[in-house]
Amino acid sequence: MLQVSVYRYNPETDKKPYMQDFEIDTKGKDIMVLDVLHLIKEKDNGMSYRRSCREGVCGSDGLNMNGKNGLACITPVSDVVKNNKLIIRPLPGLPVIRDLVVDMSLFYKQYERIKPFLINDTPEPAIERLQTPEDREKLDGLYECILCACCSTACPSFWWNPDKFVGPSGLLQAYRFLIDSRDTATKERLAELDDPFSVFRCHGIMNCVAVCPKGLNPTRAIGNIRGMLLNNAT
Amino acid sequence: MVTNVTNFGRSGLADWLMQRVTAVIMLAYTVFLLGFLLTNGDLDFVTWKTLFQGTTMRIFSLLALLSIAAHAWIGMWTVATDYIKCAKLRVIYHLVVVIALFAYVVWGVQVLWGA
Repeated sequence: MLQVSVYRYNPETDKKPYMQDFEIDTKGKDIMVLDVLHLIKEKDNGMSYRRSCREGVCGSDGLNMNGKNGLACITPVSDVVKNNKLIIRPLPGLPVIRDLVVDMSLFYKQYERIKPFLINDTPEPAIERLQTPEDREKLDGLYECILCACCSTACPSFWWNPDKFVGPSGLLQAYRFLIDSRDTATKERLAELDDPFSVFRCHGIMNCVAVCPKGLNPTRAIGNIRGMLLNNAT
Repeated sequence: MVTNVTNFGRSGLADWLMQRVTAVIMLAYTVFLLGFLLTNGDLDFVTWKTLFQGTTMRIFSLLALLSIAAHAWIGMWTVATDYIKCAKLRVIYHLVVVIALFAYVVWGVQVLWGA
């Protein structure tokens, strides 16, 4: 039997959050943490969490499992469990709506701020804007982000200033558009980031790299943005 | 764009670059002083005084001192904006830090040129 401790909080009935313990029979199988949550929901159907695709594509079930952020659906219990004990908490640093469901408004606000879409003021071609294979390659390791928020909510700089610091996820996306050969707003994008908070609150501790379920490297992207800012201003 | 008036160089990039450059200067100064102390095992007052009477050493020392002040200004400001959420308290804290740094610089100039 797996000992599971889950963060519970229902603002309508609970004065403050508490940890609830469950004993879960995994039937000897190495199941995913999301499966554990399903088994808990069978015992207590008031238990709330987000999930959708259950295969690491939608990014809905970002959770904190035994202290490390990750996607519950692609995290095997054996990867996180220590001494037969699993502690599941919501993503840290964001307001909790209920149980494991967090309010991602600030996270999305920062994403919105970096204008996550192509800006091109040249006349539209008849079919599509073409890119050389080399230019397309520059987007690898950037476009794969699924916005699960595991990285940004593992980042102390984002915890302290979620309203000012764009956060690793947003900056990875910012770089994705800065480096896109089809985008013509590079200067405007850089100007938006050249303040002491948006980019420069990153101190390179690389929590984002350590937790990214897609194996991406926001710290490198942030370093590249710094390089672009430096090239642009010196 | 997040605006702020109390950081050091008015832009994130300027602050970031300044902090890196000043760090290198402080490192160079530390390495030089350590090297001097190691190669002068039987250090006496006269040698020490002669070292600091040279104009190059005074320039280097003042540069290191100004580097500490700029580096600390940026660093302490960063710490304050992380942890002190009340704006009034933050301004008071920052004022104390800046006045202290200013005092250290003036005092340092006095020590360097006073001897």
